[in-house]
Amino acid sequence: MRKTTNQKAWWLVVPVLLLVAFNAFIPLMTVVNYSMQETFGNNVFFWEGVTWFEKVLRSERFHDALLRQLLFTGMIIAIEVPLGIAVALAMPRKGPWVSVCLVLMALPLLIPWNVVGAMWNIFALPDIGLLGFTLNSMGLDYNFTQQPVSAWMTTVVMDVWHWTSLVVLLCYAGLCSIPDAYYQAAHIDGASPWAVFRYIQLPKMKRVLTIAILLRFMDSFMIYTEPFVLTGGGPGNTTTFLSIDLVKIALGQFDLGPAAAMSLIYFLVVLLICWVFYTVMMRNEEQ
Amino acid sequence: MSRIEFRDVRHAYPPPPGQAPVYALKEVSQVWEDGGAYALLGPSGCGKTTLLNIISGLLTPSEGSIRFDERDVTGLPTSERQIAQVFQFPVVYDTMSVFDNLAFPLRNRGMPESRVSQRVTEIAEMLDLSERLGQRASGLTADGKQKISLGRGLVREDVNAILFDEPLTVIDPHLKWQLRSKLKELHQQIGVTMIYVTHDQVEALTFADKVVVMHDGGVVQVGSPVELFNRPRHTFVGYFIGSPGMNILPCSLDRGQPVFANNLLSSGYPVDTDLSGKLEIGIRPEFIRFSDDGIAVEIQKVEDLGRYQVVTVRHESSQIKMLVGEDQAIPSEDPKISFDPDNLRIYCDDWVVESAHA
Repeated sequence: MRKTTNQKAWWLVVPVLLLVAFNAFIPLMTVVNYSMQETFGNNVFFWEGVTWFEKVLRSERFHDALLRQLLFTGMIIAIEVPLGIAVALAMPRKGPWVSVCLVLMALPLLIPWNVVGAMWNIFALPDIGLLGFTLNSMGLDYNFTQQPVSAWMTTVVMDVWHWTSLVVLLCYAGLCSIPDAYYQAAHIDGASPWAVFRYIQLPKMKRVLTIAILLRFMDSFMIYTEPFVLTGGGPGNTTTFLSIDLVKIALGQFDLGPAAAMSLIYFLVVLLICWVFYTVMMRNEEQ
Repeated sequence: MSRIEFRDVRHAYPPPPGQAPVYALKEVSQVWEDGGAYALLGPSGCGKTTLLNIISGLLTPSEGSIRFDERDVTGLPTSERQIAQVFQFPVVYDTMSVFDNLAFPLRNRGMPESRVSQRVTEIAEMLDLSERLGQRASGLTADGKQKISLGRGLVREDVNAILFDEPLTVIDPHLKWQLRSKLKELHQQIGVTMIYVTHDQVEALTFADKVVVMHDGGVVQVGSPVELFNRPRHTFVGYFIGSPGMNILPCSLDRGQPVFANNLLSSGYPVDTDLSGKLEIGIRPEFIRFSDDGIAVEIQKVEDLGRYQVVTVRHESSQIKMLVGEDQAIPSEDPKISFDPDNLRIYCDDWVVESAHA
């Protein structure tokens, strides 16, 4: 058979190329551009090389924000994943309650970020909010606008409230895909409930859990709106996570160069952690 | 080890709201003698698996009771019944090695590790898994996985019975033969009751001493393979066992003998003349011959299967299948057939009619 050569087909790829160029590549390259230059406005740029990168990497402020970010993400994953698994295990697999549970679980996911922030802000206000008022009248000294610990607790609880459902739904889907025969075999083999969880449910949930952890990691590592609305990054800098800090530098101080360098470092950190995590989790699958 | 007895067991799965329950198992009373090799044979949906799950305690029957020897175990959970069960599709614990999979039922029951490894080694030897003991179970083929499932069923020594729920469905044909004879061999060695569910008659007849034929939620006949072939108690057994199955033809009675197609046939035994209900005769394809006089038929199809031919003939609206040896000629003009009287059965409403003088 003679192979025909027709390069016109390349034209069919053009729309996608344009789309990717405008929504990803060009913005990214703009950031790269900014990260290596200094500008004082009027579209006048001076070449700076890797100065901004060095500055950001050495900056105390960036270290603190990164540490806060890692702590926050670590905490919410440590809470949301076990809690999500537990809730998914407790949900009914059959019967009329299934849909009720699913809808209840999905509700927090449907609420926009800034609304969640506003809700929790009002909910937690020490003088008029239900949560704040209750805690204070129980004799606890709670004020998230002034105490770092209270602010942290509120932010973490808010994120757990907002996002545990995602882990629950993913785990639930994983659990539902386990054929009955596995449970029956485990019964026959005399397995304890713990053994059923450890050797059947957990391995079968591994893939969805990997996805759940990845999604929660990326999302929480880039969290902005909720803490911004709830605490505005305060009190002081205590809840200033990476993206809040980034916006402060870029738009508050208008330091475009350092902000661009920080964005790129930020991006690479997310990418690196995701890649390492995914590779480690999937290493055994391929054998 | 014990004798398992079903007393008036009925089971219905929970129906959709607002509907009457449908019984998957209708009134089964049945004894499984200790040490027997049973096959539970029947088409899909006849209640075989339900029956099996009731024995192992995965299901509690809606009505009736189950006894192990004289002990009523109806309410007892699976873990206290000492029953091993192998399922249709392989179940392996993915994260464990083959060894740990086989050891799992033993370790769960607190067997000392030295004994565990001895048992596992024995069973692995038997199933040709010895070389794979260290591998992760998830990496095996479907065959290998099902062998592990079988192994987990066989590894326990203290069981009352081992139940197999179509365990060889996913296995390659040549391996199927091997494993089946292995199971049979094993049964003779350890003498534990085995109940083997299948919808494949060859599998049932080669494995079991006693075949229990199920149809539509009930047991229709229990017997040795020969009994089932020669004396089917129900038209379903006749039709389901044998290949091709028994011909079931409408008939009437004349002085205790069946009449089909205006031919008075001899059934070898007289029956009551006042039978009422749907009357039929059953005759296996093996017992029909071409003859000089008899029932005039029209030949529709001849399938050559090598050592014999399956000939499909027709008389009016009745289709009849017969087996003809390769050495026998098929008449080309005015073919007539006759039935062997000793192997002709009369059925009334699907149940066999016994001799009036018996």
